[in-house]
Amino acid sequence: MSVLELQGVTRTYGTGTAALTVLHGVDLTVEQGEYVAVVGPSGSGKSTLLNIMGALDRPTTGRVVFDGDDLTTYSDARLSRVRGTHLGFVFQQFFLLERRSALENVSDGLLYQGVRRPERRRRAAEALRRVGLGNRLDHTPGELSGGECQRVAVARALVHRPRVLLADEPTGNLDTASGRAVLELFDLLHGEGATIVVITHDESIAARMPRVVTMRDGRVESDDRRGVAA
Amino acid sequence: MRGGPGPADRLRLGALGLTSRKGRAALSTLGVAIGITAMVGVLGLSESSRADLNDQLDALGTNLLVVSPGQDMMGEDATLPDGSVGMIGRVPTVEAAAATYAVDATVRKTDRVPESQTSGIAVAAAGPGLATAVSAELREGRWLDDATEKYPAVVLGATAARRLAVGSLSEGVRVWLDGQWFAVIGILEPVVLAPELDETALVGPSVARELYGDDLPPTTVYTRVDPSQLTATRALLGRTANPAAPSEVSVSRPSDALEAQAAADESLTTLTLGLGAVALLVGAVGIANVMVISVLERRREIGVRRALGATRAGIGAQFLTESVLLSLLGGLIGGLLGVALTTAFAVHEGWGLVLPWLPVAAGLGCSLLVGTVVGLYPALRAASVPPTEALRSM
Repeated sequence: MSVLELQGVTRTYGTGTAALTVLHGVDLTVEQGEYVAVVGPSGSGKSTLLNIMGALDRPTTGRVVFDGDDLTTYSDARLSRVRGTHLGFVFQQFFLLERRSALENVSDGLLYQGVRRPERRRRAAEALRRVGLGNRLDHTPGELSGGECQRVAVARALVHRPRVLLADEPTGNLDTASGRAVLELFDLLHGEGATIVVITHDESIAARMPRVVTMRDGRVESDDRRGVAA
Repeated sequence: MRGGPGPADRLRLGALGLTSRKGRAALSTLGVAIGITAMVGVLGLSESSRADLNDQLDALGTNLLVVSPGQDMMGEDATLPDGSVGMIGRVPTVEAAAATYAVDATVRKTDRVPESQTSGIAVAAAGPGLATAVSAELREGRWLDDATEKYPAVVLGATAARRLAVGSLSEGVRVWLDGQWFAVIGILEPVVLAPELDETALVGPSVARELYGDDLPPTTVYTRVDPSQLTATRALLGRTANPAAPSEVSVSRPSDALEAQAAADESLTTLTLGLGAVALLVGAVGIANVMVISVLERRREIGVRRALGATRAGIGAQFLTESVLLSLLGGLIGGLLGVALTTAFAVHEGWGLVLPWLPVAAGLGCSLLVGTVVGLYPALRAASVPPTEALRSM
């Protein structure tokens, strides 16, 4: 069953002669439990695609269907709710709050669902243990390595058990070993049934994933389902 | 179905910007704190001083009317007729009347001091009942009585005693009144309702008549009247004191003068309040400024929060809460400082302590309002930061 479906999505910035179309009629379906890499050179539109898949942005034309619901008709507040309950985000630069502990950063992932504080903290601790940081709960980002920070960010993206995890160059700021650790974490989560979409320009990362969508000039150039993880 | 953070979480979110930038928060609350301190302090002080005046007036009574000679039609100083004290005393609504009488003499420290150096001290004879009528208190010694009023004995007003350098009565102090030594038998506290007595040396009428001549015209008649008949009695007194020329009599109410003086102090209060308001305004602008900068700096955090599910309203509320907390913090500090200031000053002046709860509450209300108003614009700007800000590459 498809969890996320893009139908003829275009995205144009600006109007008139200054208009710049970044996506040209993209059709893309992500099935429940899939592990997808979106690759392409910079400027190919993959970040815009992620914005639209993550309900952070709206398409200029076309439809985004999430779990059978057309998101294009949703109000901003409803979209926020969809993001907060069903989607998880991992960013290249982690984007953790500097002066707050790992536990507090992760529990912020539940804040906007109205989960109460003790429950938030309990579940945040559980998520941090799951990413192998059970002994780092009270450390601030400054006291953690880059790889550990990204694992905190993954924990924050997972803590509310989203339907889809979206990652934007998750290893872009990490050394090879830390990057591999984060990818192995993704593999593990995928093994447990999570739906994951990773955006990357790194072919070697894409090669690990069973499905690779290649973007070029705002269009889907190829969509390979190899059915095997590397 | 709405969910979202509860009130405690919203407060925590709002406090986040304060606790993570403590120095900046402290500085930006300063303006509001100064403004509220000034307002609470000045209101508290004027309340305390007014309460003190009221206490004083309650103790001294507001029913004292002072009858003194005015001017005649030619602009010359008039005099009161000799019988005026008795006539005033016979008015049914008058409870007590006592007079001072002009004595043609000067008072000096010793006979070596030239006659021309009077130090601005008047000599007057005190009629019976004067001390009671004006609520005069003795700092030391005793008042003139039936026995002492026949002898060369003098009671000095507070200022007069100071000018004559009479500090203590223990060694039998004497002063020189035109050819005669007088024993100082008493020194008065300052007389609030009749400050002219502070600069007067008071002697008994009998000894005054004996030494300085029979002509003792009344200078001032201190009259206690029935408080409920005050206005009517006041209108009567001129005619009673001098039936031949009522217009040459001046009747005043010293408690009015005290209240007028307090009212004059209030214009200073208003001025300081205005300055406090200006400080508050500057503080408000400061907070607005800091909040706008904060929104610019935290676009990324806003984007991430939007990605985590925060609505526009939620982001706006976070920044509005932050602004209100900043301003309230300033108000709280200002309120505490204002109370401390009032307390310290009241203790110093020996006033009864009136804690300025109302000004403090008003100050907190003001800072709440300020925080809300100046927080609106930054909150709107924060709410308009798009969620895609989270993914924009640096």
